[in-house]
Amino acid sequence: MRWINQRPSKGAQVVLACLPFVLLGLAYLIGSAVRLADNPADKLLPSLQSMGRMIEVMALTPDKRTGDYLLWSDTYASLGRLWAGLGIATALALLLGLVIGVLPVARAVLSPFVAFVSMVPPLALLPILFIVLGLGEVSKIALIVIGVAPILARDLSLAALALPREQIVKAETLSASTWLIAIRVVLPQIMPRLIDSLRLQLGPAFLFLIAAEAISSDSGLGYRIFLVRRYLSMDVIFPYVIWITLLAVVMDLGLRVLRRRLYPWTELEGAR
Amino acid sequence: MSGLTIQNVWKEYGDQVVLENISLSIAPRSFVALVGPSGCGKTTFLRMLLGQEVPTRGRIDWDGTALPPEPGPERGVVYQRYSVFPHLTVLQNVMMGPEMRQAPLVGRVFGPARRKLADEARAMLTEVGLSGAEAKYPAQLSGGMQQRLALAQALMMRPRILLLDEPFGALDPGIRAEIHTLMRRLWNELPMTVVMVTHDLREAFTLATRIIAFDRTRNRPEERLRYGATITKDIAIWPPRRAGAQTLYDADIPPSQDDLTAFGLTSGTTRLPDGDIPDDATYPPHG
Ligand SMILES: Nc1ncnc2c1ncn2[C@@H]1O[C@H](COP(=O)(O)OP(=O)(O)OP(=O)(O)O)[C@@H](O)[C@H]1O
Ligand SMILES: [Mg+2]
Repeated sequence: MRWINQRPSKGAQVVLACLPFVLLGLAYLIGSAVRLADNPADKLLPSLQSMGRMIEVMALTPDKRTGDYLLWSDTYASLGRLWAGLGIATALALLLGLVIGVLPVARAVLSPFVAFVSMVPPLALLPILFIVLGLGEVSKIALIVIGVAPILARDLSLAALALPREQIVKAETLSASTWLIAIRVVLPQIMPRLIDSLRLQLGPAFLFLIAAEAISSDSGLGYRIFLVRRYLSMDVIFPYVIWITLLAVVMDLGLRVLRRRLYPWTELEGAR
Repeated sequence: MSGLTIQNVWKEYGDQVVLENISLSIAPRSFVALVGPSGCGKTTFLRMLLGQEVPTRGRIDWDGTALPPEPGPERGVVYQRYSVFPHLTVLQNVMMGPEMRQAPLVGRVFGPARRKLADEARAMLTEVGLSGAEAKYPAQLSGGMQQRLALAQALMMRPRILLLDEPFGALDPGIRAEIHTLMRRLWNELPMTVVMVTHDLREAFTLATRIIAFDRTRNRPEERLRYGATITKDIAIWPPRRAGAQTLYDADIPPSQDDLTAFGLTSGTTRLPDGDIPDDATYPPHG
């Protein structure tokens, strides 16, 4: 049989999916053991035990100075910024995407502008944001919004434009006004795409968040990683990186489930 | 002049002349079948009747006044595909039109008004043979069911003109005969003028009161762009078929005998005058 027709069974799929993770873990353990055998004070690839000890310190013991559980207070601060940024970006993008997708005049005015803005490298704007908006929360949230919203908006307007013209005309023959076409025909059909694009933008959003926190902050996951970097505390950095990744994975899965729940028709064969 | 009047209509796309000098008048309550080779401009003509395209030259009148330049509820349409909304269930699809008409702000109705509308929608679905499929999404329906859904959706608006673009092209002969029976009954009962594009001459002869053929009169390659299609044949069906009236050979042909030579019991309408669809006297609710 051709390779293209060979499909793993359900069980084999699970095993195959775990394989890369297991290999990576093994590679780390071997590397760490080899280095520690060489030099017990090595900081580059700490053992699982020392990482476990640090997780206990960061997550389960209150900080001596502030009394906070650092991992949780960092997570709280970071997720607050991330969600605020993503929320504002989503609302903005939905509005822009819908208007650009539905109204030809708005498309003429906004489409080239949004395309232009989406090409500005957001990190290059970070110094400007810090200067203009100060070093507080606002500039960090603004960075996420600027980084994510234009791309979401472009994607949504493309999705709106890709709807068959026949559907719009059909809605007109059903007495729909422009407004009703927007909220009853276009909006519900681009919402699933919004959720999917948001999933893809989670990565960039975390990037912008950590970059902003690294430069100026007094709490947050990115701040902590860059803080302990000075002491080469790989035993803190590794768990933090894994934690951030897990957060992103859970958000991604959550959005996927949300889309299935809210828009069951997208899962049907031939719906698109 | 009542009915549809098309006067010297031309349609060009850039350099290409698609339709040239079409003049035609269509009496109210006719059932016109539009036939012609692929690419001769039938869909284009239908789009102009719908208001989706404007003629390059000429005018189209309805009851003596120019047709509105954009689609509206007085004209219903069933396309060959993309005719129903994939994100709405069957029932929601059928309720969509009246809902948007009753609630121009939110596009949804609630409470008793909604229940009443749902009942009407269910009656319409029963009419087209889709009862039981209310909660399904279009992607879960067969092609024939989707077309019947599109028909039900369009008919909920009680359009004066119903435009059909090869609506039954993809259906198997059995379902097609079934849907023809339905189509004929609906046309008999509802006060509408129907224009239907089809490639199937038998379908045209089974349903229509009049058959119009479009074709190019000049077909040499160098003439392709400069000359469009025009009306080459205009056949009135004989004996004349009239909406709501019995015609000698308008039998409800059973699917197994989808054949013009199969005569059967003649019945123009299968419903009592006090059926749930109002008769001409109470029409139209708009327009
Ligand atoms: N939007 C458009 N822009 C440019 N040319 C067009 C456009 N729409 C249709 N045409 C041209 O007009 C001609 C007629 O197209 P139309 O779709 O009306 O044909 P048709 O008779 O419906 O064919 P079929 O039976 O295959 O559906 C074609 O040559 C097509 O290329
Ligand atoms: Mg066509």
